[in-house]
Amino acid sequence: MSFWLVLTVNSITFGGLLFLLSAGFSLIFGLMRIPNLTHGSLFMIGAYVGATLVVGLLGYKMDFWLAALLATLAVAFVGALTERLLLRRLPGNEMAQVLVTLGLSFMAADFCLMVWGGDPLSVPTPEGLGGFARLGVMVFPLYRLAIIAIATAIAIGLWLLLDRTRLGAMIRAGVDDPDMARVVGIRVSQLFTIVFAIGAGLAGFAGIIGGPILSVYPGLDQDMLPLALVVVILGGSGSLLGSFVGSIVVGFIYNFGQALLPELAYFVLFLPMLLVLLFRPQGLFGRHVP
Amino acid sequence: MNARIISIAIAIVLLATLPLWMSGIYYVNVASQVLIYAVFALGLNILAGYGGLVSLGHAGLFGISCYATGYLLQLGFGHTFAIVAALIIGVAGMALFAVLSLRSSGIGFIMITLALGQILWGLAYRWISLTGGDNGINVKGRPAPFGYSLADPTHFYFASLIVFLIAIAIVAIFARSPLGSALMGTRDQPRRMNALGYHVLAIRFWACLFSGLLTALSGILFVYYTQFISPQTLSLTSSAEVLLMVISGGAGTLLGPVVGAALVVVVKTVVSGFIERWNFLLGAIFVAIVILMPEGLVPGSARLWRALTVRLARKRPATEAKP
Repeated sequence: MSFWLVLTVNSITFGGLLFLLSAGFSLIFGLMRIPNLTHGSLFMIGAYVGATLVVGLLGYKMDFWLAALLATLAVAFVGALTERLLLRRLPGNEMAQVLVTLGLSFMAADFCLMVWGGDPLSVPTPEGLGGFARLGVMVFPLYRLAIIAIATAIAIGLWLLLDRTRLGAMIRAGVDDPDMARVVGIRVSQLFTIVFAIGAGLAGFAGIIGGPILSVYPGLDQDMLPLALVVVILGGSGSLLGSFVGSIVVGFIYNFGQALLPELAYFVLFLPMLLVLLFRPQGLFGRHVP
Repeated sequence: MNARIISIAIAIVLLATLPLWMSGIYYVNVASQVLIYAVFALGLNILAGYGGLVSLGHAGLFGISCYATGYLLQLGFGHTFAIVAALIIGVAGMALFAVLSLRSSGIGFIMITLALGQILWGLAYRWISLTGGDNGINVKGRPAPFGYSLADPTHFYFASLIVFLIAIAIVAIFARSPLGSALMGTRDQPRRMNALGYHVLAIRFWACLFSGLLTALSGILFVYYTQFISPQTLSLTSSAEVLLMVISGGAGTLLGPVVGAALVVVVKTVVSGFIERWNFLLGAIFVAIVILMPEGLVPGSARLWRALTVRLARKRPATEAKP
């Protein structure tokens, strides 16, 4: 009984992390039609920067949440810079976008290896969340519950942002029809930078708060990027609800697959994606085929 | 036209005599690697360059034929059987890939092929009973076609060269054939091609199979070259590298993928001996190419060359008019 419960909690936690990672990926993909293959690197950079501040590699141990905030801002800045300086020059040119984002992810991976070395960094759980919560006979690790709560809060926040604010309305208009959005006076190019910064920041944030669970190691970027991709294909690009549902589904399949079918875990992970591709190519909640 | 034939002849002579003027087995091996990856990149270029279908899962297909060769040899089959079977399995794998990924084009195609490539990587990595997991499969011995043993690096280089020359000749013929033109039509104007009565999906499907054949061919060469196959060969990094060869050299050109393959292999093998951070360098080169020559090295250099010659040609009358 407790085995299944632990797996379920782990799955939802991982799903929450995946949501933070893939929400930005999905928006960038949906709004700008850019396959942002640096997204895994942004996750990893966020994790490394945050871990450095928390572990105290700079000689001063920072509070976990402050470090997470700084890492988020740093990664958002990197994302905005990438968009402004590089991706902006290549509208509609998928091949060049792929080349640039892959080149950047090579550089980021090598840079992290150079600065932080090949050994994994373990990130301590933030103070006060190292314990367990008891509910009758069931025991839940507090930190995982905290991640679930944070991811849910951010999901609601993003939904409010997209659904209830002027900026959100402009982003939605941009996703649905960028040309028409331009015609009615929305500065789509400015939106691009904002969305890119938000998406990158979320990925970096996911990296650092995932640190205590996943730890931080070289190759983290390549582990996370395909998962974000599966989530987006499953849920549909540019759809927040799609990312949310897709993340939870992938979180469950990934954890249960690892536990029950370790040999075919990766294969099982991609099966639902193939089914969606065959029967609903636009994704569960997507509006158009990418 | 004459200049073209002469330059082709010079290139072939240079390549055929490479072991004579390139001293050392090490550089001959590097040259073999360039040729193998050039065949691979030519195969991907059919899709990414001529078809506009950017695949980020080609290392998975490459790996299928590598593993098929290795596994069949391990079971005790002969070289001929293993090679033919690996070719068939590689093309069949590509057909399956195509059925799933041709439902979309553009970015959707990139994403789906990336995911499919990752599935294959995951299988190679985790399905230990079949693939040996991280330990991979060792391949003992190289074949000896017509009694010409390929165990010697120089001999293997010549075999790779022959495969490469055949591959590039076929691709050159393909690019000028009606099917090649139709494929480029589906890249530029899929809806018009459809309206003209072309079956866009069928054309893309055949292009996929052709690309799969070249990919399988290079995979078999590769597995005989390294005599070892591990999941690393199927990783996203490998898919990315070969795609970068195509794009950096110049997608949709005949020589682009070859130049790109040479660039990447030389940075990976030769330059990495001098510079520890070669991965960073490779990434920086790609970013620089996009900024400076977005169309790729070969068309970009041609453009620069034309601009230079035009400027010189304009200057000449001015200097002649002086006296």
